[in-house]
Amino acid sequence: MKKKSLALGAAGVMALTAAMPIATTAQDPVKLTIESWRNDDLGIWEDVIIPAFEAQHPEIDVTFAPTPPADYNATLQTKLEGGTAGDLITCRPFDASLALYDAGYLASLNDLPGLANFGDVAKSAWITDDGSNVFCVPMASVIHGFIYNKDIFEELGITQLPTTDEELEAILAQIKEDGRYTPLAMGTKDMWESATMGFQNVGADLWQGEEGRKALIAGEAKLTDQPYVDALAELAAWRDFLPEGFEGISYPDAQQYFATGQAAVYPAGSWDIAFFEGQGLDIGFFGPGDVDGDGDCVISDHTDIALGLNAASPNAEAAKTFLDWVASAEFASLYSNSLPGFFSLSNEPVTLEDPVAQEALDLRATCDSTIRNSYQILSRGTPNLENELWAVSAAVINGTLTPEEGAARLQEGLDSWYAAD
Amino acid sequence: MAAPASAPRTRRRIPWSVVGFLAPALVIYTVFMVLPLLDSLRRSLFTASGELAGLDNYVTLLTDPDWAPRFWGAFANNIVFFAIHMLVQNPVGLLLAVLLTTRVLRGRTVYRTLIFAPTVLSVVIIGFIWKLILSPLWGVMEGAMEAVGLGDFYLPWLGLQGPALIVVSLMSVWQFVGIPMLLFSAALLSIPDEIIEAARTDGAGAWRIFRSIQLPLILPTVGIVAILTFVGNFNAFDLVYTVQGGLAGPEFSTDLFGTYFFRTFFGFQLQLGDPVMGATVAGMMFLIILFGVCLYLFGAQRRLQRVDP
Repeated sequence: MKKKSLALGAAGVMALTAAMPIATTAQDPVKLTIESWRNDDLGIWEDVIIPAFEAQHPEIDVTFAPTPPADYNATLQTKLEGGTAGDLITCRPFDASLALYDAGYLASLNDLPGLANFGDVAKSAWITDDGSNVFCVPMASVIHGFIYNKDIFEELGITQLPTTDEELEAILAQIKEDGRYTPLAMGTKDMWESATMGFQNVGADLWQGEEGRKALIAGEAKLTDQPYVDALAELAAWRDFLPEGFEGISYPDAQQYFATGQAAVYPAGSWDIAFFEGQGLDIGFFGPGDVDGDGDCVISDHTDIALGLNAASPNAEAAKTFLDWVASAEFASLYSNSLPGFFSLSNEPVTLEDPVAQEALDLRATCDSTIRNSYQILSRGTPNLENELWAVSAAVINGTLTPEEGAARLQEGLDSWYAAD
Repeated sequence: MAAPASAPRTRRRIPWSVVGFLAPALVIYTVFMVLPLLDSLRRSLFTASGELAGLDNYVTLLTDPDWAPRFWGAFANNIVFFAIHMLVQNPVGLLLAVLLTTRVLRGRTVYRTLIFAPTVLSVVIIGFIWKLILSPLWGVMEGAMEAVGLGDFYLPWLGLQGPALIVVSLMSVWQFVGIPMLLFSAALLSIPDEIIEAARTDGAGAWRIFRSIQLPLILPTVGIVAILTFVGNFNAFDLVYTVQGGLAGPEFSTDLFGTYFFRTFFGFQLQLGDPVMGATVAGMMFLIILFGVCLYLFGAQRRLQRVDP
């Protein structure tokens, strides 16, 4: 017994020492480390993205070193303070990264040529409030809409996908009438789906996207205005279509419920596409459509992830080379295709191999894009608007708040600390 | 080892062995518990930019309309959480202890092990198991209640504002009931059989024996269990975080000091962490727990006489 474990230990040590030279020799390439919370993507970075870069730049050796998402912000902060953070920092959108830039941990990237490939909405999440400094290269956004089960739609003879909220409600009512399937797979227990897949999804068109979002920040619009009350009212109308006991259904519950073919429609973020396809489900994607009936549509095309440069990096030049490549069309295509549901923010056209992801991406062609209205500036104070949106959206669906009461509470919370200047 | 004759002389020397045995624990406890605690308290007296703020942060926490409702909400929830433990966990623990120390019951060790098992399980597992049991989609709870004719009473409790806190408290009770049971068992076993046998000879029944002999003799343990429950409950965090998430929903109805502190100190989603206010919340938790412990120490423990038979 003892001999065996000794032998195993020796084998382990040998394996370790054997693995080490790979990292240390090879003509001393510049080493770059990427900090990230996307530990789910480790395989894709190691097998697809980094090899593609290193093939062009053998002098640079890139390591992807993710931290679990829930720990990322705190761990990164500690590493930056202690001077042990990697050269490249994956950027959360808006204030979390802005705080890092303001503290001098992220470098300004204004002179990076590749940034020309990105539009203003793409850069909006990683720019100073006055718009003078961009500090991360936008990588991807997520698009909201609805995923539907093609088999169920076929079985019930639904051939026309909805393009307005009335059409969507008619379809949901038809599914409920039939009785075999739950129309809408969502719960309110975890709350964020109510706000993100609900409020921001159907609301974007109601408040005219960017126009309404900027008006809120400028103080010209209030959350008690009709579009916001209407968005909450849309959510209240969903109540009849949700599964029994939806108050106790969490996000993974709803995912599994839809994945096992018991529900017809799933209010989605595009990142869900890969999961459902992995479960072998035959799905399609449609947007919230023209919710306010004015003939156009706006989708929530939310800037979610970017890459910045650690201001203290000793390898800034190599890191900039990598960032410039991240801004290229080649990276856009690699990334979007490796991670269906995460869409490159680059202006360069990207063709996706995944048809469902392409359906979601196609919405950009027919609809305007906006980002979630609580993310820029408005979630800086206490109470935090994003947290309030979660609680209020869930409460409105649960029926413990009316849409008017919910809107009043959102505005009251915002008024208590925010005044547009 | 040492000759008995040398014993009086060694007594005057500094007992280095005692110091040696205490030192590791003392050093570790000081470095990792006492100093951080003091530093956290110090931090709560300063502003984020490092200027002395006096008690301003505490005033903000207790009175500011943005902070106070959440703080007092967490306080009220914590009291409910504690009350449920005192009313359910400890009496049930005592009952189990009495049952499991009676000689007539067969398989006592099996029961004791089974009842204690959840205590040693990870809270993540406890939370996950109960979330599955109570799930409206695939939980067994609805079916189990239907089987006994109570199907109409099933609700998705964890998602409802009223019942969520009670249900989470009962999960915690279920997990930790083994601890009072064990402590009470130990106390009950230390009561000499002769006393109980004498009472029985005098014609006392089981209830009379419990009320007049066992209960008075284990009162110190009752006090210790109460104070352990108090400290544990006012520090509770993990179960709520696992089952209800960081926002302690619905509508903060399961928010305890622990989750409130977590959100304040570390931040949540777009809410950035606020170390100063977080330290202030921690400071209030410390004061409340200190107050409760002092109440017990000076109010109760001094009056209790441990009977060493």
